[in-house]
Amino acid sequence: MAGYTPATDREQAEMLAQVGVDSIEELFAQIPEEVRLDRPLNLPDGMSESEVYRFLAGLADTNLDAERIPSFLGAGMYDHYVPAIVEAIISRSEFLTPYTPYQPEVSQGGLQVMFEFQTAMSEITGLPVSNAGLYEGPSAAASAAYLAMGQTRRTGLVASRGLHPHSRETLATHAVGFGATLTEVGLEDGLTSGEELEAAVTDETAAVFLQNPNFLGAVEDIAALGEAVKAKGALLIVQVDPMTLGILRPPGECGADIAFGEGQPLGNRLDFGGPSFGFFCAKEEYIRKMPGRIAGETEDVDGRRGFVLALQTREQHIRREKATSNICTAQALNALAGMVHLAWLGKQGFVELGELMARRTAYARQVIGSLDGYELLHDAPVVREFAVRSDRAVEELLPLGDESEGPAPRLPVYPLGRDYPEYEDSFLVAITENRSVDEIGWLAHMLEHGQAGWGEHIHEHDEAGNPVAGAAQ
Amino acid sequence: MSEPTLTETPQQADRATTIYEKSVPGRRAAQLPPLGEGVEETPLDQLIPAHLLREEPAGLPEISEPEIIRHYNRLSRRNFDLDTGFYPLGSCTMKYNPRLNERVAALPGHAKLHPATDPADAQGALQLMYLLQESLAEITGLPTVSLQPSAGSQGELAGLLLTRAYHADRGRNPSKVLTPDTAHGTNPASVTMAGYEVVKVATNEQGGVDVEDLKAKIDDDVACLMLTNPNTLGVFDENIAEIASLVHETGALLYYDGANLNAIMGQARPGDMGFDIVHVNLHKSFSQPHGGGGPGAGPIAVSERVEPFIPRPQVVRIEGGEEEFYDLDYDRPKSIGRLRGFQGNFGVFVRSLAYILSLGGDGLSEASRLAVLNANYLKSRMSEGRSGKYLPVAFDRHCMHEFVLSGAPMKKELGLKTLDLAKRLLDFGFHPPTVYFPLLVDEALMVEPVETEAKEHLDAFAEAIEKILEEAEGDPAIAQNAPYTTPVRRLDEVAATRNPRIRQA
Repeated sequence: MAGYTPATDREQAEMLAQVGVDSIEELFAQIPEEVRLDRPLNLPDGMSESEVYRFLAGLADTNLDAERIPSFLGAGMYDHYVPAIVEAIISRSEFLTPYTPYQPEVSQGGLQVMFEFQTAMSEITGLPVSNAGLYEGPSAAASAAYLAMGQTRRTGLVASRGLHPHSRETLATHAVGFGATLTEVGLEDGLTSGEELEAAVTDETAAVFLQNPNFLGAVEDIAALGEAVKAKGALLIVQVDPMTLGILRPPGECGADIAFGEGQPLGNRLDFGGPSFGFFCAKEEYIRKMPGRIAGETEDVDGRRGFVLALQTREQHIRREKATSNICTAQALNALAGMVHLAWLGKQGFVELGELMARRTAYARQVIGSLDGYELLHDAPVVREFAVRSDRAVEELLPLGDESEGPAPRLPVYPLGRDYPEYEDSFLVAITENRSVDEIGWLAHMLEHGQAGWGEHIHEHDEAGNPVAGAAQ
Repeated sequence: MSEPTLTETPQQADRATTIYEKSVPGRRAAQLPPLGEGVEETPLDQLIPAHLLREEPAGLPEISEPEIIRHYNRLSRRNFDLDTGFYPLGSCTMKYNPRLNERVAALPGHAKLHPATDPADAQGALQLMYLLQESLAEITGLPTVSLQPSAGSQGELAGLLLTRAYHADRGRNPSKVLTPDTAHGTNPASVTMAGYEVVKVATNEQGGVDVEDLKAKIDDDVACLMLTNPNTLGVFDENIAEIASLVHETGALLYYDGANLNAIMGQARPGDMGFDIVHVNLHKSFSQPHGGGGPGAGPIAVSERVEPFIPRPQVVRIEGGEEEFYDLDYDRPKSIGRLRGFQGNFGVFVRSLAYILSLGGDGLSEASRLAVLNANYLKSRMSEGRSGKYLPVAFDRHCMHEFVLSGAPMKKELGLKTLDLAKRLLDFGFHPPTVYFPLLVDEALMVEPVETEAKEHLDAFAEAIEKILEEAEGDPAIAQNAPYTTPVRRLDEVAATRNPRIRQA
């Protein structure tokens, strides 16, 4: 058992004497016998630190992570290079171990980070108001719907099929509680159908959800689509990939009322899906209806500049059933990682990374789109992800090896079939600065020739966890 | 009234400067890799139509890498943190965050695993999730666990949507949810978001549910009762069996807010008390660091009758052939669907499983026992001397893992509000307890000392409180104007709400 509890037998005896009882058991007497657990928990005995490490490292080792195989998986979370300073900063006890900054005098570090983060997110989305982060991308969609319904007193939600399928499903789940109806608008040549959108938006529509680039990677004309939304007095809500905003027109300049998204590409690990952070930016008029924490600038009694949690009267701990959201613990540490990554990229680097992705993706799209047996699912412009249709069933082209002895590793591309039955023969390919021209060549080779020679791009780790290049499986 | 004479500390003299204010045009940190052979430097507007492109770069700072590190290190020193000092924040379970957990979470097989990786290539990750599901099922005494919810409040919302689905499946549509007036604020907020009406149930003299009031309010229009047990007063509700049967008789469900699970691990289980749905805060009882306000995770455990409705996908173990296979099961026709993207906060799962494996069943049980001992010891220490006089315990009996004091006599006799005491504690190097919660205790202070704190820290805390009260007997202005030694002193929170400045101008 781990040594995380300091009390020695002698100390326990002293403490019991102070309390005036003979045993700890007496303190539990208030729990009625009929609900006491009359046996030990049926869990393994505690293990030493080295044993726990070995066990979990053993499990980790069976996963085919993005250091062991070039991953072209995206769909909202991407294998970016996270600079070393991010880990150095977020590992500091002072950021890692405090609670939510309820005592601002001793939480100025965390509160100022929130303030800086809010500024950065406002800048990249082109919207004046940002909160300090939400859980992650898709649940931020639900928060946006809640705001829009409260604002418009309407119950209709409309979502493009270009909106992330997880966002759409999350909206559908929450719609039951919100008393909302959810309508979908189809895609045409990879882009949201303007005609269908216009038909779907009515006087009952609270909000329309678009995504840019959409789930198929296509860059939408948000401003043009937004006209039909504005005409009916609904809110225009856009999910954005933050890493594309170095080069794409920000949602705030396209008429969006709210922009939200998945923050993982900014400084966060893949972590098999979380924790990361969500962001939520809006027009000024929604400032008092925002979900989540917001830091604000103020002064102390001596006139020193300082930061506090602002607009707390929106929040659950004050407002209870009338709160704008139920969020308490969110993702402060992950938002810090995002802020450090953005500071590291800086004004120029953020643009350059967007340009690099757009150019490499154009290259990859050209290479893969011209392979025998494959074609592009759509010709719309893209930044970092594109959809490919295959002559063969996707399930058939994924296994990287003979499956007679059990499952073989899968080619790391995202099959569209589960989310889009209409694109069952298609998959997504995502490109980041981590995916080299060599690796794009490898992907093309795998798609064209299947199983032969796949092993040379799968790496092993050494004892320190560093990848050992070239060690074949 | 004398204002203590003070000079500014170096940290106070160092006025806050944001990273934007440190920006110098032309500086930079990032160096990106080259495009690569064969990739053309095509003008962007030939790839994407010009009207869809950004015209001006976003206003991000221009700053070198050493300056970034220095900026954030300096900022970090303006935080108080658990590794540095005692943090008895009630209801938040500020227990030690083992560094082993950080190490295993950072292994590339975990940290660099894409969430859309085919299950065949993520067997270790899925097995890890399965083991955590099974562990939490045993600890809560309920058969099925969904790890998906991102934090406690999302777990609550999930539980309420499960409640709705459960009733709908039986052709019912009740409209109300009962919560005690001692409940965490997230409870009523979640109830509203799930489309239910909140009905408050009164608290009895022992701090438990007022059973008579419950009887008066429970009818077949009630969907569920949400409880925290031990409750936010640190008291175990002895009538839980009767409450459970009252609730179940009307067809309603019983929901357990797991914020206080750290009191009862291995001692009693919500499932055995009759609860149908439980959320667990992995960032409380299971040692995930709080991160200054997240991340956390809020898995839910459910009874058999609620199981068909849990979120999807669910991690399942498939037996068959020679080897077991772990898979993501999407084929759950009665599921409420998703609450978020992908599979949940996996990095938190790694840390929590590492914690559970380190302690084992006995260790978890011992952790709860020592958490309760620490709380009762500190409560006993604080019932003596001046704190006993000015800060009486709200419900005087043995507590579980936390206890609530009332600062009402202190306010009346010394003119010191609970807030003043909290702010003066900062000068003594302690994080204050939770203040002004629960709402039904006047000038409340909620103290949770957790099992990982050594006796000497509890003693020092009790002595600091004693000292502050003694000081206030002489001159209450000292505490009324505290703190003095923190990076900034008392801040104007009203102005920050009235005239919000929430971004760099």
